Parts: sequence; C-alpha cells; structure tokens
Amino acid sequence: MSAAPAPTGNGAEAAAIAEDSPAPRRGGLARLVGLFNANWTSWAGLAMLVVIVLMAIFAPLLAPYDPLDQSILNRLKPPSADFLMGTDAFGRDVLSRVLYGARISLIVAIAAIGLAMVAGGTIGLVSGYVGGRFDVAMMQAMDVLMSFPSLILGLVIVALLGPELRNLIVAISLTAVPPFARIARAPTLAVKERAFVEAGRALGFSHARIIFVHILPNVMSEVVVMGTLWLATAVRVEASLSFIGLGVKPPTPTWGGMMRDAFENILDAPWIAIYPGLAILALVFALNLLGDGLRDATDPKLRGE
Amino acid sequence: MAEAPVLAVRNLRKHFVQRKGFPNPVTVTVRAVDDISFAIRPGEAFGLVGESGCGKSTAARALLRLIEPDAGSVTYRGEDVLAARGGALKLLRRKLQIVFQDPYSSLNPRRTIAQTLVEPMQVHGLARGADALARARALLDEVGLPAAALDRYPHEFSGGQRQRIGIARALAVEPELIIADEPVSALDVSIQAQVLMLLKDLQARRHLAFLFVSHDLGVVRWFCQRVAVMYLGRIVEEGPVEDVLHEPLHPYARVLRDASPVPDPALRAALPRIEGEIPSAANPPAGCHFHPRCPRALPACRESFPATTEPAPGRRVACHLYPAEDRASVR
Repeated sequence: MSAAPAPTGNGAEAAAIAEDSPAPRRGGLARLVGLFNANWTSWAGLAMLVVIVLMAIFAPLLAPYDPLDQSILNRLKPPSADFLMGTDAFGRDVLSRVLYGARISLIVAIAAIGLAMVAGGTIGLVSGYVGGRFDVAMMQAMDVLMSFPSLILGLVIVALLGPELRNLIVAISLTAVPPFARIARAPTLAVKERAFVEAGRALGFSHARIIFVHILPNVMSEVVVMGTLWLATAVRVEASLSFIGLGVKPPTPTWGGMMRDAFENILDAPWIAIYPGLAILALVFALNLLGDGLRDATDPKLRGE
Repeated sequence: MAEAPVLAVRNLRKHFVQRKGFPNPVTVTVRAVDDISFAIRPGEAFGLVGESGCGKSTAARALLRLIEPDAGSVTYRGEDVLAARGGALKLLRRKLQIVFQDPYSSLNPRRTIAQTLVEPMQVHGLARGADALARARALLDEVGLPAAALDRYPHEFSGGQRQRIGIARALAVEPELIIADEPVSALDVSIQAQVLMLLKDLQARRHLAFLFVSHDLGVVRWFCQRVAVMYLGRIVEEGPVEDVLHEPLHPYARVLRDASPVPDPALRAALPRIEGEIPSAANPPAGCHFHPRCPRALPACRESFPATTEPAPGRRVACHLYPAEDRASVR
C-alpha cells in the first residue's frame, strides 16, 4: 500500500465486514468424531472397553458365585453348565474371579495413568514453558527414568515398598511419567511461541494462568491419546507384576495372579489360565484399538491441516 | 514539547548474545536495539519504521518487557516500567497494551471470544460476571463486530475480524497507549484500510496514544503524527511525519522514502534503488552503520557513529552531514 488508505464511511465498512465473514467451519469436536468414525476398529475397541468396564462395575450382580468361596468338592472342575469357566485348585469359580479381577486391572490402570498424566503433563508443560537449563535438567531426569523398562522399574519399586494396591499404582504411574512429560512438552514448545501467549503476558496474566488456562487446552488432545495407549501398558504391567507375585495380595482375584495360580495344574486344568489370559488380551486389545483410533483422529497429518 | 510525554524511552538497548560452534564456541552479539530514545505524547500516534530486521519489533517488545531489555529506561507518566515488579507491573500492563501482526496466532484457538475478552477484565478486577459480558459486548460493538461473535471461536473469523478482536482484547483493560506491531501487514489491502480507520477512530474517541511499528511508509504517513526511522538497531531520524517523509534529512530515510512506490505511472522509471543488502546486525559496519550503502558517505562516517543533532526544531537526525555546530546537540 503506497498511498494513504482511502477513508471509507462507516456504512461501507460494516457492509464489507459481512462479506468478510467466512462460511462457518465444522467445530474441532465434530471433525474429531468424524475421523474417529472413519475407522470402525476404534468403535469396536470402545465397545469392548465399555463391556469390560460394565462387567467390572456389576461384578457382584453378574458373578454366579462368591469369588473367594472355596469348595473342596468342586476342585479343578472343567467348564460346565454349573461353572461356565470351570473352577480352580481351591474350587473357586473362575468366571466369578475373572469378573472381579477386572476391577483390579481397571482401578490400577486408570489410577496409575491418571496420576502419570497429571504429574508428567505438569512436568512437561512447566519444563517446556520455562525452557533453558531447567528444561534440559528435567528432560534428562526423564530420560534416566525412561531408560528402565517399565516392568523392571515397577518391580523394583513394588519390591522396595511392598506389594500393596497403593504401591502398585505409584510404581506403574512412575514408569509412565516420562512419556507424558515428553508428549506434553513438545507441543508446549510450539504453543508458547504463539502470539496469544505474548498477549497474555502483556495483559498481566500470571505464568500459572498462561500455562494451565492457555497452553494446557492446546496440548490436551496429545496427552489424552497417549493416556489411552498407556492404559494398555499399565494393564499389562499390573498383570505381569501380579503374575510374579508382586501384585495385589491373594486371595483378591487379579488376572495376573490367577494365571500364576493356574501354573501348577496347567496341563490338567488349562481353563484356569486361559480365561484370565483371554480377559487380559481383550482389555489390552480394546484399549489399543481405542488409542489408535484417537491418535489417528487427532493426528494433524491425517486431518489434513 | 509542551505536554508531558505519556511514554518516554531513553537509551533502550537489547543485545542478543549467542554462543555457537564446537569445540570453540564463538560468541555472537546481535545488537537488535542499540540505544534508542524517543517520547510519545498523550493521544499521539508515533511511527517506528524501518526495513525487516532493523529491530523495530524488538524495541516494541523490549519496552513492554515481553523481552527484558539490557539497558536504558522506559517511563510511563514518570513511572519506571523497567523496575516495576508484581502489582506495580500489573498496573502498568493495564496502561500499555499491544496489538500483534499475525491475527491467526494472537488469539487462543481454544477460547471463545467472550472468554478472550472477559479474562483480562477479571484478572485486573475491572468487572466480572454479567457486567464483564456486557462490557465485552460493548467492546465488540466498538470494534465493529456483532454481539453474536461472543460465543464463537477464533477459527470462525477472517483475518480482519480477528484483528478487530485482538484490538478489543487490548481495549478490555482500558489502556492509554497501544503498541501496534505491524497491525495491518498481514491483512488484505481492502481490510487494511478498515482496520486503520478503526484504529484512527479509537485514537480520537479514547484519546489513545499509539506506537505504530510498520515498514509501510504510506500507512505511517496517514496514521502517525511523528515518526522515527530505524536502521540496524538505531534511530537515524525522527520528526513530524510530513517533514520526515516529504523531505528526509538522513540519507537512509531519503532512500527508504524513495524506494516506497508512488501510485503515479509517470514516476515509474524514477524509482531509485538502495545499493546492497542490509548488513547483519551481528556484525554491523564500523562507524555509521549505513555508510557502505550511503550515497553521500563522508570519510568521518567510517570512523564514528554520528551524534544525534537537531538541525531544525522538532527534527532529530544522526548523520555526519548535519554536524553538531549548526545547532545545539540534543543529547
């Protein structure tokens, strides 16, 4: 523009604004659901997860027997009309124990990943926002933590603190903190350079407000997708720890613990191991399908942005 | 200068230091802003012009402390902006606002327009609840947008509309001075005119002062009363906009003015060129930074940076062509 802009009357200006209006675009959520829909497997994963969660919640109504009730007469019974999944070495109903076992798996996974999301997400946001040496130090600490395989780290922590539900949750969440810190930090680095963050500072907003009110919603989708995928890992780690005897103590039914108990009779009564194994498989599979679907739906490359 | 300035900047400096290379790192100092001084009077629009990379945006950010400056002083109505902390700084932030160049990144995509406008009022305790919403509606009306915009998200608006929202957000805290950092460069020419009209309107209605950062001399001529020309981190000329752009004293200001196209086909062939590229601010030429490209360079230009002199009332220039003997030096 070389010359002074031609002054226009206010009426002309208002008319131009109307022309200026773009066609309303579909909102972010609607687009997400659309992409999620494009992949039927993610709906299958969600459906499976819902079924498992309902089974866990309504276990007392669904279970035909008390999962702790032992019966000498009904030891090692194969699946039948009375015991749909058979009974174990103590004569306990496997179906009832599988239903109740879902509770431990879900509670541990959700609590551990929830904790990891909050702790790791905060570390990633603050570290990325602050930057500099603090950021380098934090990320190197995360790298150290990440260099341990999650099962080994979980094992060490539970072995040190003792096999309790709370310790199990802490151990698994600790192994999942580094990936959440990294997944939150990367978009924070990009978002903090946007002018609206500068505008917030110019408006006198506190750093905490800028981080948690302005940057957090912009990195949330990445963190949530990561969370779904890590739920599957948490289920696996919990089952593995229970399998080697570091999970929730018996006689509380856990899928990993049931598989370990089944070992003594694995050749004579394989159903005791097969059904909790299938349950673990179903839950991990459901979470992975859901997580993959969510990831594809939020991936900017696939969204074509 | 009859009226006391609303904002006075003295010897503001911002150098970026970078250490690069391995195993023998070299320290590179980029003198983005090097001892610049100017003052803005109440209700005045002050232009800051120059090529890309001359430090004008850095200067704007440094005086708002979005980047901490290294040296110098910035005073708002006698209050030291650079020393302010906590509550005092928050109070100053209310009075000094900024409008950004890029209307796409300056609004948070996850917040509705209502949230964007109400939040600053709440943070500064100006209004809350229904009262704040009413004020947000009034602000939108003031910048020429319908109240229906409140519940929408930024992606539903065009660049020009977003820029209006950015202006409304700045106005939400009732500032006295707005730093406009290339506020229209990212917009279509037709939209530029509308947004400029709006800013001019607001200037008159709210008695706002502006620091208008731009590379577009046409826009600055129309919008500003006074202007400062920057070259490689320094102000080389300052004065009333008509004088400086009509009859520039500093050779760089002249070259810049002449390089700006004039909408007259008869003058097409007469466009002169600036010789050479703008030197790196990390390694500026010795003496006057402009001497390698200057058509009127003197031997002294290679030796020392010229002092700022006042060859005519209200006009300041930093050039050896205007030695200090003629008139009293300003500094």
